[in-house]
Amino acid sequence: MSPSMKRSITRRKIADTAFAAVGLSATLVGVVTLLALILGLILDGLPRLTWQFFTSYPSRFPEQAGILPAWVGTCLVMLVTAFAAVPLGVAAAIYLEEYAPRNWVTDLIEINVANLAGVPSIVYGLMALGLFVYQFRLGASILTAGLTLALLILPMIILTTREAIRSVPTSIREAAYALGATKWQTVKDHVLPYSSGGTLTGLILAFSRAVGETAPLMTIGALSFIAFLPHPPWQPEFPYLSFRWLMDSFTVMPIQMFNWVSRPQEAFHLNAAATGLTLIGMTLLMNGLAIFLRARYRKRIRW
Amino acid sequence: MAPQQSASLLTSCCGAKPSSSRRTNNRIVTAQSRHQAQERAIESALLLAAVFSVAITVGIVGVLIYESLKFFGRVSLIDFLTDRQWTPLFADAHYGILPLVAGTLVTTTVALEVALPLGTITAIYLSEYAPYRLRETVKPFLELLTAVPTVVLGYFALLSVTPLLQRLWPTLPGFNMLSAGLVIGVMIIPYISSVSEDAMRAVPMDLREGSYAMGATRLQTALRVVVPSALSGIAAAYVLGVSRAIGETMVVAIAAGMQPTLTLNPMEPAATITAYIVQVSLGDLPYGSIGYQTIFAAGLVLLLMTLVFNIAGHVLRKQFPQR
Amino acid sequence: MIPTHESATKAEVKGLNFYYGKVQALTDVNLTIAEGQVTALIGPSGCGKTTCLRCFNRMHDLYQGTRYEGEIILYPDKINVIDHSVDPIEVRMRVSMVFQKPNPFPKSIFENVAYGLRIRGVDRRSELHEKVELALRDAALWDEVKDRLRDPAYVLSGGQQQRLCIARALAPDPELLLFDEPTSALDPTATARIEELVSQLKEKVTIVIVTHNMQQAARVSDFTAFMYLGRLVEFDKTDRMFTNPSNKLTEDYITGRFS
Repeated sequence: MSPSMKRSITRRKIADTAFAAVGLSATLVGVVTLLALILGLILDGLPRLTWQFFTSYPSRFPEQAGILPAWVGTCLVMLVTAFAAVPLGVAAAIYLEEYAPRNWVTDLIEINVANLAGVPSIVYGLMALGLFVYQFRLGASILTAGLTLALLILPMIILTTREAIRSVPTSIREAAYALGATKWQTVKDHVLPYSSGGTLTGLILAFSRAVGETAPLMTIGALSFIAFLPHPPWQPEFPYLSFRWLMDSFTVMPIQMFNWVSRPQEAFHLNAAATGLTLIGMTLLMNGLAIFLRARYRKRIRW
Repeated sequence: MAPQQSASLLTSCCGAKPSSSRRTNNRIVTAQSRHQAQERAIESALLLAAVFSVAITVGIVGVLIYESLKFFGRVSLIDFLTDRQWTPLFADAHYGILPLVAGTLVTTTVALEVALPLGTITAIYLSEYAPYRLRETVKPFLELLTAVPTVVLGYFALLSVTPLLQRLWPTLPGFNMLSAGLVIGVMIIPYISSVSEDAMRAVPMDLREGSYAMGATRLQTALRVVVPSALSGIAAAYVLGVSRAIGETMVVAIAAGMQPTLTLNPMEPAATITAYIVQVSLGDLPYGSIGYQTIFAAGLVLLLMTLVFNIAGHVLRKQFPQR
Repeated sequence: MIPTHESATKAEVKGLNFYYGKVQALTDVNLTIAEGQVTALIGPSGCGKTTCLRCFNRMHDLYQGTRYEGEIILYPDKINVIDHSVDPIEVRMRVSMVFQKPNPFPKSIFENVAYGLRIRGVDRRSELHEKVELALRDAALWDEVKDRLRDPAYVLSGGQQQRLCIARALAPDPELLLFDEPTSALDPTATARIEELVSQLKEKVTIVIVTHNMQQAARVSDFTAFMYLGRLVEFDKTDRMFTNPSNKLTEDYITGRFS
């Protein structure tokens, strides 16, 4: 082997090893940033995570301020989102996977869903402002917020549910049809139950995204300083369910955090950190749940 | 043939028992079956749900165009595109979109300068170098990065990144596009790396084997064989990253300030299209006022920008086989 | 080509043509399925035997672009099951199928067999249990699973899963039972058990079986149809066809000159 060839090999090997180091560092940039972020939040926010913090209203005095209306608002808005998005999204996914013939209408719907997934979230807020708040006179209410977020996560739900449905093998469907099952019976008795794990995982991830959304809700006019709670969803008299809360004003946790981070006083920044920690905690919890369910479901259903 | 006849014929043949004795009352009923109406109703309901997604797009486009038309009834398109000031809420109102577009482009550029190299290198590393266990440990973290609420990232940009940068450049203002852009860049890395990585892993093993068999190193194989084969997928990843950066709101709203300034210097504060919309929403604008209509005009520009990139990304992505 | 015989007719195929889009997969197929007998469809890969089989229970309706022409008359009511005014669901209520690769539902053994009954409206537990047991006995599986009916189906071996699928197909009491290469995914022991089962089952239900294994056809069937390139080449009693085929093509296939 000539000396120049040996040199070339050495050179290329050095480049190779160098790149491995560079590659590893590049990969870790994201990880390190994430850890720095979480660490910063913990350092600033953990001391503020007290029972008082979760049960107080916002206040001019940062030490007394709390996120009670914010997390209540988040829960109520997510309730509306769930009721709107889940049936619509799952139904649309079932149609596209099981019923839709291959024609231009189906293509149009599919292109449309793919497109909607890439629309910036604030644009959903603009649409909701023009349509729900004013045109439909729903105002800046919990109902509007829930519907806005539902529309936002609908493409995600459709995509993940379709994938889950697609994972059910054709042979199972054929077996059901061969026994005389109708299309709906096959979907109801087989396709849906066997894909429920994947569907559920997708739903949880979609909700985790919706919880952290700020821009669209700010656009429709969610308040950031409210000193009251919306009406509860229940009432002492029959029929025990109340819907007054749907039209109430509200705030949600990410908006509360934004409000505090925009103030110059550092004490409010600590509150913001605590809220951020809560938000990330919820996100981690939901993502972890989704991963756990995905693993468990994969063990139960075997083809 | 009457059942009794077939029975006797059977017994005369193979000693087989006539099977008609076990028949239950199945009778073929032609097309009008009870279940058919129900099946059709269910299918219609599901179709409605699927078509609803088209209604959303119609709603979005409809609202934006409707309000923008009202806006353009009061402001000329030329002014909108060429005026260098955006001050719709001042007494001397200017309606030039350039400052907002500049703000969006500068932050996006900063973000891309971070995300494109780091994302691509990460993708190459994970696809060609990283051992299985490392990849499986790192990927969840990257996925988690995309799950962090953007308001938290905005907090991080304002309160952690900016102070850090100010140690390097003491004259850096508290609100600046640099911090926002850097954080958005890191936020987008997972988008770029995962789509690129998928594209690279879809490149068949035998192409790589051909390269290794000739004595090439991993780096050479990656750069000369894998990346060129996965080019359309990588391009799709870039384009999707751009689209995501353009549409980002909270990080810029918190960390870049909300002052529409026409500048290309990332060390200055500025407002993006998205930040402007947020600023207006924080205030109180009567429905139907021109101030109210400006956010829809701005939103329309935003939608058009992301639409172009989304379509490009979609077209590019279709050109490589999924894993 | 339709031989005279003494048993009754269960089904008659007349002028069957079948198209996948523009491609014609079956051309002018005519044969008679005798009641209480096993009829085998044999031929090289791609000859159309599975395509033909799946016409009997309208499985092609599940896919777009398929078209039937001709008639498959089901006795005793003489309805053309491939007429599109006839509801495929109703056809499948009378004609059951067992597939090439065992495809039990990811449910319990009991629920697999019971599913066909449930969709026919049988919901009384005593009746379900009775019919499930009967079906499992007919499929020669009862003794092996009677103590673990609630276990998931996937714990069974390949051969057992296939017998489970047979039980599942038998439970709703079909008039015609279709087998699509039922043993091609199984080991020789399991294959032998299934062949034995097919021979026994013909007393209860008319059977049409597709197989790429000629010896299996010879062992198991009473009538055989040899198909080639979408056409029926020869149809006869099995022992006659295998000892003295009338068509040269048939003879070549049977003697292994091509497969």
